Amino acid sequence: MACDPAKPSNSSLICRGVSKTWAAGTERAHEALRDIDIEVAPGEFVTFLGPSGCGKSTLLYLIAGLEPVTSGEIWSSHQRVTGPSPDRSLIFQETSLFPWLTVWQNVSFGLGIRGADSKTRRAAARDALQRVGLTAAFDKRPDELSGGMRQRVAVARALAMRPKVLLMDEPFAALDVQTRQRMQDFLLDVWRDSGASILFVTHHIDEAVALADRVAVFTSRPGRIKTVVPIDLPRPRNLFSPQCEKLRIELTQDLRDEVDRAFAEQEALAAPT
Amino acid sequence: MATLASVGERQGGPENRVDGTLAPPARRRRMALASKIRIGAQRLWWTLVSIGTFVAIWELCWLAGVADPRLLPPPHIFLGDFVGQAKFFNTATRWSIGVNPADGPSPYEAVMLTIGATTMRVLVGLVIASLLAISLGVLIRYFLLFERLTLPTITLLSPVSPIAWLPVAIFLFGIGNAPAIFMVVIALFFHMVLATISQIDGVNRNLINVARTMGATKWQTYSRVIIPAILPGLLVVLRMNLFAAWMVVLIAESTGVGYGLGQVIMLARNTFNPSLVFFTIALIGMLGFTFDLVLRMLQRRILYWVPETTGVLRGL
Repeated sequence: MACDPAKPSNSSLICRGVSKTWAAGTERAHEALRDIDIEVAPGEFVTFLGPSGCGKSTLLYLIAGLEPVTSGEIWSSHQRVTGPSPDRSLIFQETSLFPWLTVWQNVSFGLGIRGADSKTRRAAARDALQRVGLTAAFDKRPDELSGGMRQRVAVARALAMRPKVLLMDEPFAALDVQTRQRMQDFLLDVWRDSGASILFVTHHIDEAVALADRVAVFTSRPGRIKTVVPIDLPRPRNLFSPQCEKLRIELTQDLRDEVDRAFAEQEALAAPT
Repeated sequence: MATLASVGERQGGPENRVDGTLAPPARRRRMALASKIRIGAQRLWWTLVSIGTFVAIWELCWLAGVADPRLLPPPHIFLGDFVGQAKFFNTATRWSIGVNPADGPSPYEAVMLTIGATTMRVLVGLVIASLLAISLGVLIRYFLLFERLTLPTITLLSPVSPIAWLPVAIFLFGIGNAPAIFMVVIALFFHMVLATISQIDGVNRNLINVARTMGATKWQTYSRVIIPAILPGLLVVLRMNLFAAWMVVLIAESTGVGYGLGQVIMLARNTFNPSLVFFTIALIGMLGFTFDLVLRMLQRRILYWVPETTGVLRGL
């Protein structure tokens, strides 16, 4: 399973045999991920679909470099992932804006870390906010924005780093259904515009079908990739079209088996021994 | 003015959020100021009602003969003779041998000098303790070796009552300002270190992870994320400890530091003068109240991003 870094590859991201066991070597050890193999092409949109607790968010954290892998390796643009990098921006489910900074200061936070001066930072923030359609919020503070706007600012903050891979951990899960659909359209625009690859974690089948080039369906714990479903349909997609209908049914079936299995496991755990 | 305007915006509702074109800024600011004055007046009114009720009950007890004026003199007695009470203040300079008592500062000045001395000790102690404790708490989380070296000792010493340190204060610093300040510092320091650490541990992981994914170094993560994120909690800790500082400074002063409110209380105790005790208690209460008010205002000004949540509880 070794990966040769010298080997020319088109992929912007490669996972080879990635496993993660939390609290390894202790009594509380539990296996979150087993043998994940996936390659993501530059500019590709991949969603990770799976039941809650299947480790799909964990995989995102591993790819971001925030947690070390237990075994296997992750390569990003021909470099082994050993820690976080601005190349791979992570967007969280909950609001993760710094409440004490204004919107533009939030967006240009990463540039400040690199030591950019205020003028460069303002210009970069204006540019990134323009791409998410929020220039009017430039001087606002996060608590003055709605949930959807905050996530757009978080996307702008990630884009300002010009990442090669955008990692999104159920970013729209806390939003209402209408806002969520608008945000999906918005995300597709931003994605086309930026040229970055997107790895998008969700447990919503509709969301996966609406967005992805490929859907990776995860098994319940330990998380493995059960199947990868390519979706070769033009966007914006009509979820009620026959092709989408067929995909939704297929994915629902795949997912239902896993959810059933997860439930059975949980019940077995809860049962008196 | 920025804070005022933003309060107005926050009340403006969602439709006023991003483009904010509802009302011209000048008018919005005026409206915000008016509502601020109204809220302030209301708060003052209820403060007066609260104290008034307490005083009225006490006075009624006195009228009914339940409260013996020699033991529990009601406010009109212990506040009535300001000059009489004031002659017990600032006694160190007033009652020196060879000095005519009438030559000293006026009664009003004497009270102010005493209050000033005690307040200075509280403030200096509070500032020293906060600086030491917050730096130490951050260092403990920043350097693991430092944590291993210091945290057990700090945890061991933190339950020790400040009273136990009183002899140490006198051994080390004799009599004067220094032992009183030392007592305030020692009473606050250990708790504030532990509070700082727990604040750091409570920082939202996502915020730290955002900084990490953007390539922040450990130092940058601390200075740009962790420190600003713990400020609101630390100010609350500081407010709580302000009261502790006021309590311990009296103990320190009662051992003899020249002059101070604690020394006046001790004098009142030794001369069996309940009126003087209550007079001093009233002074301390007002001082503590004012300090808390100032800190709360500072908190709102410095920590403009912390939402006010009391309104939610009121709605229950």
